[in-house]
Amino acid sequence: MTLSVKQLQCSRGDLCLFQDLSLELQAGQLLRLEGKNGSGKTTLLRTLCGLFMADEGEILWRGESIRKTPEVYYRELFYLGHQNALKLDLNPLENLQVLSRLVGQNVSEEVIEIALAKMGLAGYEDVPVRKLSQGQKRRVALSRLLINEAPLWVLDEPFVALDVAAVELLQSIIVQHVQDGGMVILTTHQAVPLPETKMQRLSLDRYV
Amino acid sequence: MAINWFKYSAPSSFYPLAGKMVPVFMTLAIVLTLGGLYWGFFQTPEVLSDQKQYYKIIYVHVSSAWMAMWLYVVMVAWAVLGLIFNTRVSYMMASATAVTGGIMTAISLWTGAFWGQTSWGTWWDWDPRMTTQLILLFLYIGYLALQSSIEDTRRSDRASAVLAMVGLAIVPVIYYSINCPNPNECASLHQESSLERVESNILIGMLVTTLGFWMYCFTVILMRVRNIILRRESHTSWVARLEEMQ
Amino acid sequence: MFKSFLTLLKRDLMLALRRKSDVFTVLFFFVIVISIFPLGVGFEADTLRKIAPGVVWVAALLASTLALERIFANDFADGTLEQMLMTPQPLSVLVFAKVIAHWLLTGLPLVLIAPLAGLQYHLSLPTIGTLMLVLLIGTPVLSMIGAIGAALTLGLRGGGVLISLLVLPLYIPVLVYGAGAISASMQGDVPLQAYYLLLSAFLLLALVFAPWATAAALRISVE
Repeated sequence: MTLSVKQLQCSRGDLCLFQDLSLELQAGQLLRLEGKNGSGKTTLLRTLCGLFMADEGEILWRGESIRKTPEVYYRELFYLGHQNALKLDLNPLENLQVLSRLVGQNVSEEVIEIALAKMGLAGYEDVPVRKLSQGQKRRVALSRLLINEAPLWVLDEPFVALDVAAVELLQSIIVQHVQDGGMVILTTHQAVPLPETKMQRLSLDRYV
Repeated sequence: MAINWFKYSAPSSFYPLAGKMVPVFMTLAIVLTLGGLYWGFFQTPEVLSDQKQYYKIIYVHVSSAWMAMWLYVVMVAWAVLGLIFNTRVSYMMASATAVTGGIMTAISLWTGAFWGQTSWGTWWDWDPRMTTQLILLFLYIGYLALQSSIEDTRRSDRASAVLAMVGLAIVPVIYYSINCPNPNECASLHQESSLERVESNILIGMLVTTLGFWMYCFTVILMRVRNIILRRESHTSWVARLEEMQ
Repeated sequence: MFKSFLTLLKRDLMLALRRKSDVFTVLFFFVIVISIFPLGVGFEADTLRKIAPGVVWVAALLASTLALERIFANDFADGTLEQMLMTPQPLSVLVFAKVIAHWLLTGLPLVLIAPLAGLQYHLSLPTIGTLMLVLLIGTPVLSMIGAIGAALTLGLRGGGVLISLLVLPLYIPVLVYGAGAISASMQGDVPLQAYYLLLSAFLLLALVFAPWATAAALRISVE
């Protein structure tokens, strides 16, 4: 299980964000992206998810181009961007059910309730997301981490809008996933307590 | 000899090539258009004197109407090439073609209105051909509107290419529905071509003028695409090195 | 694949049930447009009967383009559309579910309210039947084609007007035969089968090709 990126080049409009970017991520590893605002972190993550089309280069998952076998890749990819991907008029339970069914996953209500409880949202299962606070909404979105079965997580600024307790919780979830042999790619300013051997860093400022 | 066509898919090599082609096409355009118009005006028999020779506007009218239709196909072809090979020049050609196509459609409608006024006594008639031409104008306008309302050039290129393809797929259906609004009366569409009834000298004049219009369209499309290239590539070093930029 | 289709269809219907106003605005728009025409052209029964097919269809086209702006906009804004682009199923299946849901919420109500228009325009009972039938076959075509326009204009300023500009010309065949069938049914003994067959053919083609084009457009627009 490897994600390899070869000579990737992406640009927005006239501006080349990065070029000749190569990396390889193995099972049980975390990749932390660094860079100034506007250095293309989000674009790189979206490119890795197949949402953004690179000018050049290719992305291989298990040795196959993700453009050629998206059905394989998307079964094993979990992406959480800036937006929570929640419907305001649905409650957390319904939201999580719909989202996991869309990727073809059957999750029982108990599993979702346990996940929500672990994220500190016990008792909010039936409240429309519209009525939750920013931090609570983010927690609902993050409880998908506990439900999904994908080995590769791509997280864009996952720590934003979380309080101290939630930050610690999220850190432990990410560490657990990596130790279980999963893979995580994230952008953050927050420290992630992982041994250096399991952690790669990539600064996009070097690629401009 | 094999020509590497992909070499010219880079704006930096297409720009000078287009620059070299412009004078050639322009000369051809002037010669053919003037020749065709001369033939049409002075070498045709005066059989239609009852129409007071107003019909001679057809040399412009028919030629521009043909160009309007052909250029839509050309535009879609460029757009498809762009989507397949992801070449920027193809998209630029598509958008340059769209402008000229829209202008040709407008010219054909305008000249058609004049002709209609002199021969039928009305500026506009919901005749199938005129209606189709009007819809074609709307399709060009839609394409240009979508393109100009998207700021990101890559998205605007690709989105308008998809729209152009969808448009081309539906155009035959639109054409059929306008020509045959009552399906009980025409099971199949056999519109007789009016070309066969045309006197041969008029036909020659028309065909030569149309060829001149083709050349004119090539000329302005290439000139326009050169402008588009300059605008979009203004940040690159090869543009900065151009003589006309000094 | 079918499961995710159903999931999305159910979700969109559920969301609409919780915000009913969206459905009713489109419906009332249709009713109002149809009702103000007689105020402009006069109340003479023959005139009204003559313009009825065109008026009803033009109102349906406008209502359809108005409603289309929202079909993907909410999902785009809250990030669920991105998640849909990253599912193992073909995107066109999910697009299909969304368009079907959209038609059930904005197209079907027009079909059901159409008899009201029939009464306002003094149409006979058989003609009202034809009116409902052609709307039933024709409005899904509008939703299917319109979805392409909505996907292309996703997130653009002035998206609503732009959609109309893009898709109204593409609606012409449906308008011509939809309105033609109603006019023909008023003449009594004209066979209508050809109209129904043509409209059904459009529907079939739209069902096959439009979701695919919409999916391609969404990938371009979400980038």
